[in-house]
Amino acid sequence: MLDLLARFGRQGLAAFERLGRGHLLLVQILAGLTSLLPRLGLLVAQLHSIGVLTTTIIVVSGLFVGMVLGLQGYYVLSQFAAEDSLGVMVAASLVRELGPVVTALLFAGRAGSALTAEIGLMKATEQLSGLEMMAVDPIRRILSPRFYAGFISMPLLAALFSAVGIIGGYFVSVGLLGVDEGAFWSQMQAKIDWSEDVVNGIIKSLVFGFVCTWIALFQGYDTIPTSAGVSQSTTRTVVHSALAVLVLDFVLTALMFGD
Amino acid sequence: MSMRGLEISVGAFMAAGLVALFFLAMQVSNLASITASEGYEVTARFDNIGGLKVRSAVSMAGVRIGRVVNIGYDQQSYEAVVTLSIDPAYNQIPDDSIAKIYTSGLLGEQYVGLDPGGSLENLQQGSEVMLTQSALVLEEIVGQFLFSKAEENAIKDEL
Repeated sequence: MLDLLARFGRQGLAAFERLGRGHLLLVQILAGLTSLLPRLGLLVAQLHSIGVLTTTIIVVSGLFVGMVLGLQGYYVLSQFAAEDSLGVMVAASLVRELGPVVTALLFAGRAGSALTAEIGLMKATEQLSGLEMMAVDPIRRILSPRFYAGFISMPLLAALFSAVGIIGGYFVSVGLLGVDEGAFWSQMQAKIDWSEDVVNGIIKSLVFGFVCTWIALFQGYDTIPTSAGVSQSTTRTVVHSALAVLVLDFVLTALMFGD
Repeated sequence: MSMRGLEISVGAFMAAGLVALFFLAMQVSNLASITASEGYEVTARFDNIGGLKVRSAVSMAGVRIGRVVNIGYDQQSYEAVVTLSIDPAYNQIPDDSIAKIYTSGLLGEQYVGLDPGGSLENLQQGSEVMLTQSALVLEEIVGQFLFSKAEENAIKDEL
């Protein structure tokens, strides 16, 4: 009985310790900006592997999500003879919710897991210790550029997702289902507000970019330096990122659009 | 990949993201139609504003000339005080114009429509629209209809 209690307590303590280590690491990563600014080449290289290589999956999924929204929206709206509002429906759901959220989930799967595996393996093969031996701070040299690259990439990817999704929705609804083109765009422009909808969507994706990259980097840096440890951390990155994104999305939506 | 190729691809990525943002701003949202200069503000008092909201349209002859910027409630007169911001380009509106709350379509959004009066004085910053007509509340109309129907029947029965 006491053993059970002790194990429970140990797990709780470990969780709090991890949380504390995560926040300490975050502070160090953020402070790394000072040494990152004189060497923007590091950032460019990371923007390539985190941002550019994720573009393909974002564009393709955005296109299909937008097309599905067009089809599904038409099915419901045509029952009320309100097909003209299809543009509003597609754009609002993409810009407010699906753009930031689905981008963050894909980002966690594509870039987050890669980050964790890369840094975890660096730790397992003692490359990070090697850097320290050469008096190079691995947090400033390795983690900071990756963090800022993820933070910059996410809103751009989310905007790309939303834009491509809306174009996909346009093809399906105007091209395939015969919704009036003028109504599609004019209703959208009348109902979607720049600061209310689009900017809030961008704020969401900034938050998601921050959290997803932080989780991925921490899981990689904090991994148990074995093959099993790295695989565990990679799984944890995806699971934790997905949970964090969905919960944060609810909180942000309630704050932004609660009214 | 060489450093130069890398930089080009990152540049293209950033440009694509910014183009997407620009697309969202101009083609999807209403940023393009927001005028930089705020218009002049006039107030109007209504007995009942129905479902009117802040940012609803203000139109004349069906043309959008401004929007609702504030809705308040006057505790003394029990009326709703609606502040309308009108585009400075439309400065020839007679000050005895009638402000009515209309509904676009049967179930659409509500907006403020201004019917021009005959006065030579024009509305300006801070003036108040004196003549107003409240929103039509569907329940009230149905209620009145039922009431008058019942009254009719009662009169018939008496005869």
